[in-house]
Amino acid sequence: MKGRDQVTVIAAACLVLFLGASIMMLRRIDRTRPQATLQEVLYISSPKVLKRASLGYDGLLADIYWTRAVQYFGRSHHLSGSDNLLAPLLDITTQLDPHLLVAYQFGASFLAPRPPNGAGQPERAIQLMKYGIENNPNDWHLYYDLGFVYYMDLKDYKQAADAFESGSKVPDAHPFMKVMAAQMAQHAGEFETARMLWSATYQSSQDKQIRQNALEHLRALRVDEDITHLEEAMTRFEQRNGHPPASIAELAAAEGWHGLPADPDGHPYKITAEGRIEVRVPDDFPFSAKGLPPGYKPIPRFHTPE
Amino acid sequence: MRSRIVHIASNTFREAVRDRVLYNLIGFALLLSGAAVLVGQISIDIEKLVVINLGLTAVSLFGVVIAIFIGIGLVSKEIEKRTLYTVLSRPVRRWEFIVGKFFGLSGTLVVNTFFMAIGVFAALFYVSHKFVKADGLILVALYFIVLEFLIIVSLALLFSSFSSPLLSAVFAFSLFVIGSFAEDLRNFARMAHGISGWLATAAAYLVPNFSAFNVISSIAHEQPVAAQLVLQNTLYALFYAATALSGAVLIFQHRDLK
Repeated sequence: MKGRDQVTVIAAACLVLFLGASIMMLRRIDRTRPQATLQEVLYISSPKVLKRASLGYDGLLADIYWTRAVQYFGRSHHLSGSDNLLAPLLDITTQLDPHLLVAYQFGASFLAPRPPNGAGQPERAIQLMKYGIENNPNDWHLYYDLGFVYYMDLKDYKQAADAFESGSKVPDAHPFMKVMAAQMAQHAGEFETARMLWSATYQSSQDKQIRQNALEHLRALRVDEDITHLEEAMTRFEQRNGHPPASIAELAAAEGWHGLPADPDGHPYKITAEGRIEVRVPDDFPFSAKGLPPGYKPIPRFHTPE
Repeated sequence: MRSRIVHIASNTFREAVRDRVLYNLIGFALLLSGAAVLVGQISIDIEKLVVINLGLTAVSLFGVVIAIFIGIGLVSKEIEKRTLYTVLSRPVRRWEFIVGKFFGLSGTLVVNTFFMAIGVFAALFYVSHKFVKADGLILVALYFIVLEFLIIVSLALLFSSFSSPLLSAVFAFSLFVIGSFAEDLRNFARMAHGISGWLATAAAYLVPNFSAFNVISSIAHEQPVAAQLVLQNTLYALFYAATALSGAVLIFQHRDLK
């Protein structure tokens, strides 16, 4: 082999070898400092400083921070801690680009629900939405999301009614905003109102994850409503017979129902030895308020893939 | 072989000094001393933080600019001036020329960083009137900055081995910017699926990861750096620079210099 060919072969071999070694080393570095990016980005926590440092490319920087917020939310195990970085990340994102609507809409869904489905910070979600409305007063979706958080997470009907009412006055607002405002003002039935809200969310969003989330909540509402009716039937049974029904079949027979009452997936409900009514597969209804075994911890939902 | 590489490296160093590269130290000294005096007068309690942040950022940026703008001319300038033919007509192999150039410019940057480091510590002493143990962490940040330079020099040499100086500068500077956001790039890749996910992952691992070397903010907040990270970053920088140098040798070996 000539000297020149020899150098070529050695250089090519070195290139492949060192490239492989550097990739391997990078993976190790990732393991050593997996959260470094997020911890470090918040060393500069002032959006104003970041805006100036971005040299006018604040839109791009907002997109990067939004992606970081989504990534952070994806790693849901951080959300319940006091060192939760989600709210500061969202604040930076929206202050860098106050018109990034998706950050408000998703951001409120990330912040408001209780862990593990969210950060359990409805007050921060409201702050975020109010900032969004201040900067985008003509987008009715933001008023809707604000009312949603007031109703669902804080049970503050008056504030929710005000939010829907204000949103209904925005040009091109969806007609259901007026209906929602009225419902809130009347303190209408919980199930009915909640169903209307989630249906509206499902219909008004094009985003796959938001729609899926709404669908799961609608299914959970159906379970909650079913179990409320079943509990009433159980009370009637007990008053008539002096003891609770031993099984769901016994309850159905006593009430004269055709077939066994079943959840939205068609699985019949069950009555436990302790006299509780539960669903057969709790993981299928993680958002249900009723029908789940005591101490059940739902699998986090509404997450982006890591 | 070793003496030939050392000879080319020392020539490159001398040439850089002759090109008044080290004059940047004057600009650096003015910037830092001005900042140290000014910050002491206009801010409360963050003088030290500002001096560390500003000092280390300036060391990094000055060095990156030198690495790119000197690095891109290392090969093309020799061809333009026809001095390369004189060098290669002697018993110097092409790969020795590339490796020698790499060590020459890296050496220049190490010397430059050394003097800048003295400036950073002097400014620090001026604002805080004493040194504490945590100030030693600044040495780790400086070491990481030098490792960053090794990668940039190797990349500048790689581009210089086949492209014009202007394009080489554009390529090298673009890679520096992309590499500074490498972790975000990998986060994007994790979110993507299918073929775009594969492509993004491949790109994320191919571009240099400079974000792992950037510990300036954490050191300014006196956060320690894991010894494991120092070792891993060292190996990563050496492997990556060796990869780029191998590429440069491979291209330069087959380049028609006629």
